[in-house]
Amino acid sequence: MSNGALGRRTVLAGMGAASAAGALAACGSSGGSGGDGKLEFQQWWEPELPEGFLRELMDEFEEANDGITVELLSGPYAATKEQLIAGAASRTMPDVLGLDGAWVNDLASQNALGDLDQLMSDASYDDADLAAKVEVDGATRMIPVVNFAYMLFANRTALGKAGIDALPTTREEFTAAAKAVVDSDPDVAGWVLPLSLEAPNGVQNDVMSWLWADGQSMLAEGKPALESDAVQGVLDYIVELDEQGLIAPGSATLKEQDKVEEFSSGRAAMIVDTVAHVNMFRTNSPDLDFQVAAMPTGADAAGTPGVTYGSWGIGVAEASENKEAAWKLVEFLMGEDVNARMATAANAFPGNSTAVPEAVKEDDVMKTAFDVWQSGTPVNEFVGLPVAEQLMREFAEQLQKTLEGSQSVDEALAAAQEAWTAEL
Amino acid sequence: MPASTAVEPTLGASPERSDRPRRPRRSHLQGSPLRPYAFLSPTLIVMLVLMAVPIVMVVWYSFQDSAVTVPSTEFVGFEKYQQVLSDGTFWKATSNTAIFAGVSVIAHFAIGIAFATLLNSELLSPAVRAVFRTVFILPWLFTVAVVAVLWRMLLNPNGIVNYLITTFGISDSSIEWLSSSATALPVVTFINIWCGYPFFMVSLLAGLQGIPKDLYEAARVDGAGPVHQFFHVTIPQLRPIILSMAILDFIWTTQQFALIWMTTGGGPVDTTEMLSTYTYKLAFSNYDFSAASASAVVVLLLSMILAILYVRQQKARD
Repeated sequence: MSNGALGRRTVLAGMGAASAAGALAACGSSGGSGGDGKLEFQQWWEPELPEGFLRELMDEFEEANDGITVELLSGPYAATKEQLIAGAASRTMPDVLGLDGAWVNDLASQNALGDLDQLMSDASYDDADLAAKVEVDGATRMIPVVNFAYMLFANRTALGKAGIDALPTTREEFTAAAKAVVDSDPDVAGWVLPLSLEAPNGVQNDVMSWLWADGQSMLAEGKPALESDAVQGVLDYIVELDEQGLIAPGSATLKEQDKVEEFSSGRAAMIVDTVAHVNMFRTNSPDLDFQVAAMPTGADAAGTPGVTYGSWGIGVAEASENKEAAWKLVEFLMGEDVNARMATAANAFPGNSTAVPEAVKEDDVMKTAFDVWQSGTPVNEFVGLPVAEQLMREFAEQLQKTLEGSQSVDEALAAAQEAWTAEL
Repeated sequence: MPASTAVEPTLGASPERSDRPRRPRRSHLQGSPLRPYAFLSPTLIVMLVLMAVPIVMVVWYSFQDSAVTVPSTEFVGFEKYQQVLSDGTFWKATSNTAIFAGVSVIAHFAIGIAFATLLNSELLSPAVRAVFRTVFILPWLFTVAVVAVLWRMLLNPNGIVNYLITTFGISDSSIEWLSSSATALPVVTFINIWCGYPFFMVSLLAGLQGIPKDLYEAARVDGAGPVHQFFHVTIPQLRPIILSMAILDFIWTTQQFALIWMTTGGGPVDTTEMLSTYTYKLAFSNYDFSAASASAVVVLLLSMILAILYVRQQKARD
């Protein structure tokens, strides 16, 4: 054999081996952690819970379930979402998934989420205690572990200075309170409306919460119904607040954390916010005297008021080789005691309807919030919708245009309806 | 006998060994035309895995119906390109990107050459120059996330900038710098200029320090003043650096994502929508990875035009 031929063979063999190694490395595992009883649990919760809390729960679970170990894959919310979307495509998802309701439809359409009804049935699990289940195409894909109710937060000091003693219960009272606040101190805004396009969940939490509080809907038979009188009434009301100068400036780029900052610093008298921030307000602004209440209602209010909520949901990957063990972990987290502890640690309300978090027994604000939660119907119409974030963004763009004065409410709703119809 | 075998005995070497003609180990690749490629293969493999494969995959995705999200996606030819190119927001993003990048590059050059000239001036003492050098380079040391947060706070309706302009009577009321359609694009461009000029400055300073002094002396002898010296000595001498930097800066700036995303998210409405944010939204908000891939390929083609210009400029320079 000539040197040249030998050389070519060696080079090609070397390149081939290296390429194969690279290709194998790129492929990674084929979903979850294999069938050795080791579960991967990806979520964004661990950084948001007290340090070590979730790991302690996992240790408890491992102790109660011999042979199963749980590896927590934790990261920020946005990174978790991107990794799950990418993982769904490459079939490299972890076994158990922390989910936001806004992602469920898209992940389910990628056939990435397992059928929890089937897993519950296999395990003979009674789902009567589950506060909610999120279904796509007739099968449960997500179970809310803890719920973050959104309601009205009011700075009692600012309202008191403006001569307002009681928290508003109607839109008229809200306008009057906001106006009184702004009149008494022009440096304090009546309300904050975050409409950043980076994280457009202000549409869900701060706009649609008015609609849902009235028991109204943005959908009709699963299709957009944005040109209804009820939705128009909400937008007319927001425009009215804006025209009166009662909304904090800079809405178009404000995010949720900006809203929270405005409120905790005393620059805004009222916001719509999640009860998860109660402890943060107390820690960061010990002098802030605030209370929560149900969302003020409008003239269209009918039936049981809706309470906007977001969730830390949980699901099981369709590609998991450990579905049985994965379900055991879900069942463990939904147990009455564990779920109550999770809710207490997260400042949220439990996904198990029989669980009662400790905080509501001891804390006046949390007790009021829990009463509001229990007296209303949890509602979030974006949960389970496809491209939910994009729907919010499209609505936010139209509302931004309206608040800038470049189009009317009618035009905004017609444009949003057209955009949503194309998506749904 | 090959020349390499005629080895002289070395001091201390054993006589027996030195008597024997040394036969060098001859690699079986020596003389093979593939030998250079064997040396290059680690780099080639890394480039293949990290560059060629992702690019080919993105191009392939752009010709599919529902890449990534649907297991059984279909080949649809140029349909996704048609979808992207007929989308008004894409052209708005292209226009915004061109303005953003064009103005940024011009401003980076103008500020960079001004500060570099200042730092190269012998009119300043070395201590003063050191202080200026530190101050001028500071914006470059911040990560984009820090820059975004910093300027969001400064430009907040309740921030220090608005406090100053209302206190000094420049404006009667606060300006919504990032939230107003009238000011958002100029403001994000300004922020990008602020954090990007030091790179130009450092490169041009290195170029200035390499210009021979006798060129200036000759110019002075010919009666050229400072302005003439600047335009007829400094600029021509820096021309290769300026061209390279301008092309590279334009490519980098067109790909700016984090700054836009963290300051305005592409808004208000689509006022600061860039090709990068537009593509990101297609992928991670619409989950339309095929259209996002088509958009990315269009951006790649535009960048390649600039890259070819850069390579040609480099070749001409060599």
